[in-house]
Amino acid sequence: MILALAGNQNCGKTTLFNALTGSNQHVGNFPGVTVEQKIGTVKKTKDGSDVKIVDLPGIYSLSPYSSEEIVSRDYIFNEKPDGIINIVDASNIERNLYLSLQLASLGLPMVIALNMMDEVESNGGSVDTKKLAEILGVPVVPISASKGEGIEELKDVFIRVVENKERPKNVDYCTGEVHRAIHSLMHMIEDHAADAGISRRFAATKLVEGDESMAKRLKLSQNEIETIEHTLIELEKEAGVDAQAAIADMRYEFIADAVEKTVKKMSADTKQHKMSVAIDKVLTHKFFGLPIFFLIMGIVFYLSFDLIGGNLTDLCDGLIEKGIEALRTGMTDFGTNPVVISLLCDGALKGIGSILSFLPTIIVLFLFLSIMEDSGYMARVAYIMDKLLRKIGLSGRSFVPLLIGFGCTVPAVLSSRTLSSERDRKMTIMLLPFMSCTAKLPIYGFMSSIFFPDHAGLVTLSLYILGLVLAIVMALILKNTVYKGKSVPFVMELPNYRIPGIKTTFLLLFEKAKDFIVRAFTVIFAASVIIWFLQSFDIRFNIVTNSEAGMLAQIAKFIAPVFKPLGFGNWRAATALISGFMAKEAVVSILEVLTTGEVAMGDLFTTASAYSFLVFTLLYTPCVAAFATIRKEFGNKFKGTMVALMQSAYAWVIAFLVYRIILLFI
Amino acid sequence: MKLSELKVGKSAVISAVNGQKALRGHLLDMGLTPNTCVTVRAMAPMGDPIELSLRGYRLTLRLEDAANIEITPISTICSGNCSSCASNPKRRGADK
Repeated sequence: MILALAGNQNCGKTTLFNALTGSNQHVGNFPGVTVEQKIGTVKKTKDGSDVKIVDLPGIYSLSPYSSEEIVSRDYIFNEKPDGIINIVDASNIERNLYLSLQLASLGLPMVIALNMMDEVESNGGSVDTKKLAEILGVPVVPISASKGEGIEELKDVFIRVVENKERPKNVDYCTGEVHRAIHSLMHMIEDHAADAGISRRFAATKLVEGDESMAKRLKLSQNEIETIEHTLIELEKEAGVDAQAAIADMRYEFIADAVEKTVKKMSADTKQHKMSVAIDKVLTHKFFGLPIFFLIMGIVFYLSFDLIGGNLTDLCDGLIEKGIEALRTGMTDFGTNPVVISLLCDGALKGIGSILSFLPTIIVLFLFLSIMEDSGYMARVAYIMDKLLRKIGLSGRSFVPLLIGFGCTVPAVLSSRTLSSERDRKMTIMLLPFMSCTAKLPIYGFMSSIFFPDHAGLVTLSLYILGLVLAIVMALILKNTVYKGKSVPFVMELPNYRIPGIKTTFLLLFEKAKDFIVRAFTVIFAASVIIWFLQSFDIRFNIVTNSEAGMLAQIAKFIAPVFKPLGFGNWRAATALISGFMAKEAVVSILEVLTTGEVAMGDLFTTASAYSFLVFTLLYTPCVAAFATIRKEFGNKFKGTMVALMQSAYAWVIAFLVYRIILLFI
Repeated sequence: MKLSELKVGKSAVISAVNGQKALRGHLLDMGLTPNTCVTVRAMAPMGDPIELSLRGYRLTLRLEDAANIEITPISTICSGNCSSCASNPKRRGADK
């Protein structure tokens, strides 16, 4: 059996999902969209039955407002799960039950998992779950997902409910004119609803709420649509009822009544709530909020890229290099064919190794980011940054991915998944390559030390700022062309601060690590071998001793003239740039390899062309790992590739302009 | 009066929710229905968005979106518990 897990954001849904499925989960995408879909298998059910759980995105309603709500609705209608587990935050029960009422009217077997019961009880409150179940017509199981309490009971109940096909009882929360309107529509659309496999009650309610996508899904005829419109006009004009507001109000009214009858002594001011308000007095303070945020980010980056992550990465790098050298020595002693040794050590392993050594940095960065997210701080960041980002057509939620972009584009692209609107998400992803990632830093350092020894710091800083300025320009262009219109309204809950669950955090890190390693051994592996092959063979497939005769150099010679207007039309620079597509750091190592002997860096670049080279590396197509991630997020290979080509195009234009402007002055 | 004009620390009862259909639906879904009490708790560092409390939870909203919500200011500070609020004539306690 397949069950859908649905609930509001911040109600402990992920914790419950992990408690039910453990590590038996895999991640995919919902059909047709790039919203992440997690599927897990419930461990140790009593009768040994096979139960799969699909984790739906956190939603507040089943109206087609955000992409999450649409995805959740489509999933339930198209995939028809055998039942629904609705997780409800007992400490915020009034708003949480709003979704429950809508879910129950879908008519699928359903259970309510009343989470955070420990929090309610520790504040001296209690919930009469039996009575609540009676009022809502759905079984209610009290649980505490973070403590693992009530999980076994929950399993028993949902297996029973699904096996016996216990559907929720009909609950009439609507009264008066609205009630009559819903009922008359229910009869009218009965056949359509049955054909579409949607509960007629749910469908009729949505139609009265003015949900046009429901009319489409039911395949109503023009005649029927007009009749419905007439009914609605009659309702609004003659009965003086605003249907949409009235239904929302009646749901809340019904819930408030149910809460009053079943929940004891739950004032809104729980300990957790009071503490959160106190913390926010500091963290979202009028004057200190922003400085504190920048300080926190500074510490996070310092720990990730330097103190912990950076040092671990250096350590890994050393170990991997030693390992490769040991393997090389061993194989040479054994008398293995030098081509095979080269393929393995210079091609495959070197490529994989250079990526794998970034694993510690990424894990540490993600550890901090997931703590920020799970603790509730990320919502505050979005809140305090919203006004700035709105000016460039984004919302506060986009700020976090952009910030991570200064570390690495790959996790930044992944973290953009938290954005609710597709438009915001794509726009954010397109801006990410402008953020100087850490892999570009070695290039800045290397070139500056040779060509701008006295102003190395200034040059690096100028590149970071140039990236930011161009990102803003790009955002403004996108805002007025491809992604017209405003970003989605910013209506966001500020959840209470919570201590992140250790299990949830580590499961997430494990997933990220796995994802990253898999990519290293597939995409990066293939790319490394191809570059190695092009470097080591000439056109006649003979092994070359001098890289100048290799295919890569030959290809680079074709490409080199393209860079002539930028001031570095030599094949060595072109080779470095091509290799940079593998990993940006490779630009430095290739330049180093190619400038040994009679050719020096000074022969390849002038001061002006060195800077235009830096500008080009800042802006051109991100490395293959970032490219693959971006392409995957766009869900369309062609579009992803177009984005990459476009990036190279404007990198060329900007570098050209910068070069010409510098030439005017010197 | 509009919700966007309400001062920090003040409470009000919502009288109407206007605005474009999707946004209006979302605001209603989030519990900003007519006759609900809301309190403006704080403002973001740059004066926008604002932080509200209603129905026992906290919500952030941009001023331009909050301008869609018509309110009647009340003198008492909202406890976040609408069902027992004396300023709310429609709720239980007043009419039952």
